[in-house]
Amino acid sequence: MTISSSCSAGRLTVYLSGELDHHEARYTVEAIEELIEEYLPRDCVLDLSGLSFMDSSGIAVIVRAMERMRALRGRISVENPPRQALRVIDAAGIDRLVPVSSGQAGGLL
Amino acid sequence: MKEQNYIKLEFPSRSCNEAFARAAAAAFAAQLDPSMEELGDIRTAVSEAVTNAIVHAYPDTIGRISMRLRILEGQTLEISVRDWGCGIENVEQARKPLYTTGGHERSGMGFTIMESFMDKLRVRSAPGRGTTVVMRRAICPRIGLK
Repeated sequence: MTISSSCSAGRLTVYLSGELDHHEARYTVEAIEELIEEYLPRDCVLDLSGLSFMDSSGIAVIVRAMERMRALRGRISVENPPRQALRVIDAAGIDRLVPVSSGQAGGLL
Repeated sequence: MKEQNYIKLEFPSRSCNEAFARAAAAAFAAQLDPSMEELGDIRTAVSEAVTNAIVHAYPDTIGRISMRLRILEGQTLEISVRDWGCGIENVEQARKPLYTTGGHERSGMGFTIMESFMDKLRVRSAPGRGTTVVMRRAICPRIGLK
């Protein structure tokens, strides 16, 4: 699991790559919270394009980040989930809470 | 249903084994020639079942987890994940979306995802004795692609 970020004009983008499972989830939650606290962004984007796997632990990561951004009265969105991660997001219904935009050809399954 | 092939694996409930369990399941399932989507669904369901055992069956100890995969007639993959941990008091409640007794890194969506991605899901549990999750998924034959 690798986490990198960029921030400009109040928009923090967090890039997650590798496999996001329970083993990696606690570290990922903490790393995202630290980035949000450091930059205090208005918008936080979780870019999932680099994920080769995600299970429901990824849902917990998104929900924790959403709660953190709501406490700051900011917005959060999820971008570019690969097909497998998108199926998990769909099954969990998290797209009702957080905007999810997919750059994938074929889109939602 | 008649069994055509199987593997059994046993490993301690360490979270670093989650990735190993789903990779092993995917490698075994490959002989059914699943699509990328079916393979993704299998890896996800295995990850959820094994993570449940690691987090909930053995919250304060390292215990034993057994995973068995069987290929049954009709291109059906059966996945069983068994533990000898604390068990589930109320299986019906545990299967409800968003229900969790886990920490902040759990979402309560594990059983929901297993149900969505598999054709059948059965959970047997006895408090103090352990839990067995059995899932089945039929893999569509890909005629003309071979």
